[in-house]
Amino acid sequence: MFRRFAPFLAVLLVLTGCATRPSEDSASPPETPGTFPVTVSAPGAPAVTVDAQPRRIVSLSPSATETLFALGAGPQVVAVDSASTYPEQAPRTALSGLSPDPEAIAAYQPDLVIVYADTTGLADALAKTGTKTLQMPDAKTLDDAYAQFVALGKATGHQAEGESLARQAKDDIDKIVADTPKRSLSYYWELDQTYYSVTSATFVGQVLSRFGLTNIADGTDPDASGGYPQLSAERVLQSDPDLIFLADSKCCGQSARTVAARPGWNTLTAVQRDQVVALDDDIASRWSPRIVDLARTVADAIDKAGA
Amino acid sequence: MPDTRTRLRAPVLVTGILVLVAVLVSAVLAGASDLGWQRVLAEFWAQVTGGQSPLSAREAAIVWQLRVPRVLLAAVVGAALAVSGATFQGVFRNPLADPYLLGAAAGAGMAATLVVVLAPSVTGWVVGPLPLAAFAGAIGGVGLSWLVGRSAGGGGTSTLLLAGVAVASFLTAIQTFTQQLNTQTLRQVYTWMLGGLSVSGWREVAIAVPYVAVAAVVLCLSARLLDVLTLGDAEAASLGLRPGRIRLVVLAAASLATAAAVSVSGLIGFVGIVVPHVVRMLAGASHRVVIPLSLIGGAAFLVLADQVARTIMPGELPLGVVTAFTGAPFFAWILRSSRRRVS
Repeated sequence: MFRRFAPFLAVLLVLTGCATRPSEDSASPPETPGTFPVTVSAPGAPAVTVDAQPRRIVSLSPSATETLFALGAGPQVVAVDSASTYPEQAPRTALSGLSPDPEAIAAYQPDLVIVYADTTGLADALAKTGTKTLQMPDAKTLDDAYAQFVALGKATGHQAEGESLARQAKDDIDKIVADTPKRSLSYYWELDQTYYSVTSATFVGQVLSRFGLTNIADGTDPDASGGYPQLSAERVLQSDPDLIFLADSKCCGQSARTVAARPGWNTLTAVQRDQVVALDDDIASRWSPRIVDLARTVADAIDKAGA
Repeated sequence: MPDTRTRLRAPVLVTGILVLVAVLVSAVLAGASDLGWQRVLAEFWAQVTGGQSPLSAREAAIVWQLRVPRVLLAAVVGAALAVSGATFQGVFRNPLADPYLLGAAAGAGMAATLVVVLAPSVTGWVVGPLPLAAFAGAIGGVGLSWLVGRSAGGGGTSTLLLAGVAVASFLTAIQTFTQQLNTQTLRQVYTWMLGGLSVSGWREVAIAVPYVAVAAVVLCLSARLLDVLTLGDAEAASLGLRPGRIRLVVLAAASLATAAAVSVSGLIGFVGIVVPHVVRMLAGASHRVVIPLSLIGGAAFLVLADQVARTIMPGELPLGVVTAFTGAPFFAWILRSSRRRVS
């Protein structure tokens, strides 16, 4: 067996031994926007020093993917994970952000990898191939989200764009909130058909409390169940929310019609006054620049509910 | 050797039914939303007499469209799981046998996962795709175990149980593989696997009741035959019975009941093992006692467990977690004390 392959092996050894590898950076780099090396970190994540402007970015976080493209770092992105469904031109692959495979990621020869959490030692594994790993954990507040826009801008050589994106999003949301009349309305935020919800302690809950809404999932302790409690149909009915936001419309086909058909739900104020809002699941769960769209949708719902 | 002459005595049966009724009533009076038990009682009184109820239309909807069907469904599911467990233990003469061991749970889990992945938003069916798939999967899992066990030769009970273990592992592997490829569906499947009745109404009751009722009747009528089977196949054959055929019929009935339960409630463990054991401890081992009392006891146990699940915390606790919490230590204790008594 070995004898048959020995000549090939010898040839291979010789070839690799004297191969001259094409240098990826042989062409003189275009003018580098931003200053490198630069040290960045998102709130709640370790700082990472990026030595030069990344040219091959792999994003394993749908929120980060949206932000990168909004920043103008899209051309540097060579691969995104299977859940990064937006924007359209993002180079989707079968990569997983939940159980990332270092070897599969390394195959894209990235110089920067962005994940939302590193629970599997991904950063260490990738460091061996000379790749930096930047964590962008779940944003806990709107300020966290803005800080991530800035950090991603800095890390990719789009510092000015990152800062202006953050400022723009903040200004837009502040204006939307200011322009929306304060009404004492309660709401139920549905994550799935088994009544998992979010409390005011979560990122989404904080966005909605900016509008002065009351969350029926809060109970006595918004921190209970990590901010994601499972309610019961009984509790939703008894709380009688004025607004129902469905974050399970795309995944699970929920709509004002399906909600109204649930046993007893036709007695709810939100159903009777047509105040059930089917959201885009993705916008409703990501801390990307599209949170402005989410804020606008909420504001519209409050406006309509005012009558 | 169980005393096959034991019959179900009327006082025992009446006590069991009274306990079940008490549990059902208390479960309907208290729930996740605090309506006040007196007001709920007044609502029932008003329904009976046609009088004035203190409940608003919405509160009445909570009671009649959510709470009552949920309590009934818990009772039906508990009865189905317990009576199936009792049957499987009798047929296999193995105190640890349970339909879940024969691939019902694994089959249901696999089929549910496939449906969630392949047809995530099929709506508007008479029956939701998830319960339908779970039902087919549970039946298919047990059927496959049966086939593998038979082809492995003998058809003996231990061969069948081992075949069940192999089939269950294989089906679980398919499920895990599918989930790995489609991580966005993890949550939906996971929630379902934990078992619970949080989304339940009259529709689910209507789905489960016919199957469980048919199975319960078949099993109650076969109780005497099961007693004969425990004497051994040779003795049964000498009495003119056909052990293989009896086994097939009662296992089919028990699997049907399990599948119906799994399809509306997800995976709820330990009911099928703990309840028949307690019944045997309290009332004797004859199937003419164990089968009917397991129906009653399983119903009462699961209604109580669901009561804990929906009221103990601000959110819901998965029902499968509650039954495992109470059932597993209890089961260990039964094992210990029953061994001590024997030796």
